[in-house]
Amino acid sequence: MTIAFHKPALSPRQASLRRLARSRSFQIGAAIVLAIVLVALLADLLAPFDPLRSNARMRLTPPNATHWFGTDHFGRDILSRVMVGARISLSIGAATVILTGLFGTVIGAIAGFFPRFDNPIMRLMDALMAFPSIVLAMVVSAVLGASLTNVVIALSIATMPHTARIVRASVLVARELDYVEAARSLGAGELSILFRHVLVNAMGPLIVRLTYVFAVAILAEAALSFVGAGPPPPAPSFGAIIAQGRDFMREAPWITIFPGLAIVLSVLGLNLLGDGLRDALDPRSTM
Amino acid sequence: MASFMIRRIASAILVLALVSLMSFALIWLVPGDTAAAFLDASATPEQVAALRTALGLDKALPLQMAEWYGRVLSGDLGQSVLLNRSVAGALLERLPVTLSLASFALAIAIALGVPAGVAAAVFHNRWPDQLFMTTALLGLSVPDFWLGLVMVLVFAVSLGWLPSGGFTAFGSDPLGWLKTVILPASTLGLVQVGFIARMARASMLETLNQDFVRTANAKGLSRVYIVLRHGLPNAMIPILTVIGIVAGALLGGTVIIEQVFSIPGIGRLIVGAIASRDFPVLQGGLLFLAVVYLLINLIVDLLYAVVDPRVRLS
Repeated sequence: MTIAFHKPALSPRQASLRRLARSRSFQIGAAIVLAIVLVALLADLLAPFDPLRSNARMRLTPPNATHWFGTDHFGRDILSRVMVGARISLSIGAATVILTGLFGTVIGAIAGFFPRFDNPIMRLMDALMAFPSIVLAMVVSAVLGASLTNVVIALSIATMPHTARIVRASVLVARELDYVEAARSLGAGELSILFRHVLVNAMGPLIVRLTYVFAVAILAEAALSFVGAGPPPPAPSFGAIIAQGRDFMREAPWITIFPGLAIVLSVLGLNLLGDGLRDALDPRSTM
Repeated sequence: MASFMIRRIASAILVLALVSLMSFALIWLVPGDTAAAFLDASATPEQVAALRTALGLDKALPLQMAEWYGRVLSGDLGQSVLLNRSVAGALLERLPVTLSLASFALAIAIALGVPAGVAAAVFHNRWPDQLFMTTALLGLSVPDFWLGLVMVLVFAVSLGWLPSGGFTAFGSDPLGWLKTVILPASTLGLVQVGFIARMARASMLETLNQDFVRTANAKGLSRVYIVLRHGLPNAMIPILTVIGIVAGALLGGTVIIEQVFSIPGIGRLIVGAIASRDFPVLQGGLLFLAVVYLLINLIVDLLYAVVDPRVRLS
């Protein structure tokens, strides 16, 4: 007679964490994002030069041993500017994630949990989503007046409706689950059911979505800066450096190329992170 | 079918009404005195007051809204402060430019994205899958305007094969149009192709795991026939949905890309209006793009009925 030893079944959370730890996308994405966050945080220590100090003798120097990424038309070191730019671009991304996450969750939760509000709220979200998000962000930022805060507000308005829709979809499913019925029959109040039992189910898709929002915010901020609706100088966000380099494309392409590569790397890291999280936390979703 | 279409069109009209209200509400976001924000700091209080009256800002809010709706319904989007002409006229004049650019870009994105996604699904977890999905992810991570600048650097500045910017109308010189539009359209298309490829792969993977595909396999049908005849049609609805979304994103993308390549489309009009604080152009441009987007998605939804008989019959 053989005795079969069964490993205790994994809880859903353990299963998710195990999938996450094994995901190649997640590992690479996390490593890239971590490296960029570290550079952004330590920019003041790591940057070889003062990113704002000009040096007329060194203007438009090609990349060399001293200036790895070259210098711009004021002789400012591009590597240092990209490092400080990472801090500005990542801060804008993080602030957008927080604002979008907060409002998207509240609005999506209300629409999904209280049927009375569902239709009006979701039609409003549909209307907001009809505007091309980059143009909406651009126009809102321009109308409010370009500043760091207003750029974050504009990006949040543009990314919030989709986030609300994702939270609503999870809440709609969770609302009908048996344990919610059980909590209700035990006398739990509607708000406590929403916050303690229903919203937990939206966490997975929400985290995945917010990772992509972070990526989109970095791309959109750069585009905003490029058309002149971004945060005002001297803040050298990735997009602002590219926009300045544009006038010197022919004689000094490095001003444009390096900050662009920094965007690609940051966004790629976040997208990989999002893909890994999606596979682990939200196995049912297809893409 | 008729009731599906009527319901779909009714909801589109409701959203349209909201979209137009939001475009109007944009003016409430202007900090401080709206009329003063239109003019520069040297304007006298009399000039500000005159402009306020001209814009109807001195009237009660419900009245302003009623007037806005009345004007929008009759196709009047107001007067551009800077261009000194009607906003609707300026937008319509530039529409063919932006539309031809966006459709070309969409064609590129579909032509590359759907086959890449299908191939990735058919060769699931083998090298074509990994190659196409890595490329798609990379494409999703590239800022479109930056890719455009790099394209100019490579194909216009270094190689000198194509002009670095400008625009020739298709009607006047089709070959010239192609030359001016191929770089911006490729830039836009390449950035969006990843979305379509990823959705086509996901949808195709799901379809290929269905029972009827197994039956078709068991019957001994060829793999190519199964993929094209049984797989693709059944995987089409999510692909169509994402194509609709991509079309909307392309409208936004053209606004940015027109800056890079100096193309006189709707995007340059809107970006120019940002610098000069030409609010009627911003409002009208935003509304106009949203209406085009809603129309595209209405068409996509009606296409579902063509592609999927279940939608048609229910």
